[in-house]
Amino acid sequence: MNDLLAARTQMAISLGFHIIFAEIGIAMPLMMVIAEWKWRRTGDAAYLALAHRWAKGTALLFAIGAVSGTVLSFELGLLWPGFMRLAGPLIGIPFSLEGFAFFLEAIFLGVYLYGWDRIGPRVHLAAGVVVAVSGAMSAVFVVLVNAWMNTPTGYELSADGRLVNIDPIAAMHSAAAGQQVLHMLLAAYAATGLAVAGVHAWALLRDRSSTFHRRALSIALLVGAPAAVLQPLSGDISARVVASTQPVKLAALESQWTTQRGAPLRIGGWPDVASAETRWALEIPFGLSLLAFHDPRAEVKGLDIAPRNEWPPVPIVHLAFDTMVGLGTTMALVALCAGWITWRRGDVVAHRGLLRALVLVTPFGFIATEAGWIVTEVGRQPWVVQGLMRTSDAVTPMPGLIVPMLLFTLLYIGLAAIVVTLIASLVRETT
Amino acid sequence: MHVVASLGLPEIIAGSLVLALNAYVLTGGADFGGGVWDLLASGPRRDAQRALIAKAVAPIWEANHVWLILAVVILFTAFPSAFATLGIVLHIPLSLMLAGIVLRGSSFVFRSYGARDDASQRMWGRLFAIASIVTPVLLGAIVGAIASGAVGHAASLLPAIGAAVSGEAPSFVTVFVTPWLASFSLAMGALALAMFAFLAAVYLALAATDAALRDDFRRRALGAACAMFVAAFGGLGIAYRQAPHVSRALMVGPVVALQMAIALAALGAIWALWTRHWATARVAAAAQVSLILWGWVIVQYPFVIPPTQTLRAVAAPRITLVVLLYALVGGGAILFPALAYLYRTFAAENTKPVSAP
Repeated sequence: MNDLLAARTQMAISLGFHIIFAEIGIAMPLMMVIAEWKWRRTGDAAYLALAHRWAKGTALLFAIGAVSGTVLSFELGLLWPGFMRLAGPLIGIPFSLEGFAFFLEAIFLGVYLYGWDRIGPRVHLAAGVVVAVSGAMSAVFVVLVNAWMNTPTGYELSADGRLVNIDPIAAMHSAAAGQQVLHMLLAAYAATGLAVAGVHAWALLRDRSSTFHRRALSIALLVGAPAAVLQPLSGDISARVVASTQPVKLAALESQWTTQRGAPLRIGGWPDVASAETRWALEIPFGLSLLAFHDPRAEVKGLDIAPRNEWPPVPIVHLAFDTMVGLGTTMALVALCAGWITWRRGDVVAHRGLLRALVLVTPFGFIATEAGWIVTEVGRQPWVVQGLMRTSDAVTPMPGLIVPMLLFTLLYIGLAAIVVTLIASLVRETT
Repeated sequence: MHVVASLGLPEIIAGSLVLALNAYVLTGGADFGGGVWDLLASGPRRDAQRALIAKAVAPIWEANHVWLILAVVILFTAFPSAFATLGIVLHIPLSLMLAGIVLRGSSFVFRSYGARDDASQRMWGRLFAIASIVTPVLLGAIVGAIASGAVGHAASLLPAIGAAVSGEAPSFVTVFVTPWLASFSLAMGALALAMFAFLAAVYLALAATDAALRDDFRRRALGAACAMFVAAFGGLGIAYRQAPHVSRALMVGPVVALQMAIALAALGAIWALWTRHWATARVAAAAQVSLILWGWVIVQYPFVIPPTQTLRAVAAPRITLVVLLYALVGGGAILFPALAYLYRTFAAENTKPVSAP
């Protein structure tokens, strides 16, 4: 493994680890606040037990998210000093705002967790609301940075390759900013909401009479289901922005080798880069033109517009994309069914089939998130900043990068194993 | 004084960076110090000592930790080349420090939320304590490596950082190991550890409600003060021989005045501990530690990374500094009341007797 690949692997593992905890840190506080609010309104003790239980889970997962986020902020310099030297003055601003949002989240999570009997009921609830809102704001600011890497703006390039006449404010609303922020926030609510719903659906399959799990399922679905239903629409917006701003990325994720009018949508299959064709894919005529440009005759740019050394690894990107879309679509369908059954029967718990489906999709949101992150990051290769800086020019000159990569990989595998064990025992306590 | 006359935007931003670091040292640093006393808990009140530490650290450590992130973010926004240089030359100690930060934080929550049986509690407690010792030593060594000029020197050997290189390529050890694995850097690591342990003991003496427990931490604070003294003078002795520009810089007029102030604060802290004026001891200890930090900054001004990268030379374009200043002022306007609220909420308890858990 060469140093560049080791650095990319370490960054991918660090981000892939952190993103799960970040998503939970966005959505769990919202569910916890809704449970507390319901308890304060109805006096139903099951809601209070739920708020405490979810707060406990949030505390554990937030701490892991906080330390793994710290690692990332340093890794920007440890692994990608060239990138930071170039882009720091532009993208540092959203990172600083994220710092403050994260600060508020940490402060009020402390107040929320340890303040139950120390502060008034309204203040306590308000502290929870601040945690939920600042968690979402943290994600917004971080995603603004990633959007800039996909669609860089707010600078001019000098003859010697530096960024001049920079505008950090303009860099915060790059072309991809709106859709990426929307897609990430919906992903957080859908993945976490449906994962929590799945856990409580599993408990309800064993004991349908539990009020605790009924209340939990209703709140988890309230947060997760609408987001899961909206996510495919947000994905459609994303794909259209990618089609117009990053045509090579779109071509890779759809494995579209040649520029073509009325391009078909290829689902699955194995993209063979050597022969530039996709084997065994399900092709839907005109599908891609229709999806990417809302016009069956539209021209879709293929990978042939870029030299081969500027292609991302097509098989990885294409299969990650199909994984994301497949899992996301399944989640949306299950969420729609849940909505339909609630509307028709008023109670989802009576429907064993739906409970089973919810158990099935428990991990889907997180897997789809990882796949989506691969789509946007690997799909941009070989660029760290699209069209502006290659990843190979950003990497540190320090040799032997396989060693820190292995160190952090082992660390994260260990942490993941412990967190899963602890969460499993937290879940078992209630079932 | 030329420092005051030339204060501009880069200096103001750098000042806010040091303020963030200062806050981190006084709050997050003390949390690390708590881990040290967790490891060294002993005597008849061993469990009570550990309980007090856990109780004092639990609600605030995550918020305290964010100061470090804020400092890093200000550094890479306003002085990106300096951040890049530190990331390259100090890759090894920074990575180890990060591993320490991850292990400290996660073992602390695992202990709080994990299995209650003795074996798991002991394992997480031990890991928490060890990570709490290793991390400050690395942090201090990193500062020592920057202050002594070793990082700047190593960076100048690397063609990628833009210095003229002639002759053979420098060895891996010369560039990536020697700067921080040097006696001066390690002395600074020991100083940081002693400082954090000192702060923690002083805060815990104030937080304890039981007179015997207070005296436990009073003795520990006095011991840590002695360790600080030894580490500081050891570091000074090494600097005198190995980094003469550092020891020379310490002899300049205003810096001598600063050293007098540090000595005064140190004597004040020890007097207050001796006479059991706990609140005064906290103020004096915080002043002493803060003055040491600012002393480092003033000695190496105008360099971010001596002897090559000055503040002005590595500063981001003015527009970035202006927007960042607005962000810091706006963020601070929300942050400081929130922090005050956090500390007030959890300090109020000190006036109440401690109830059994």
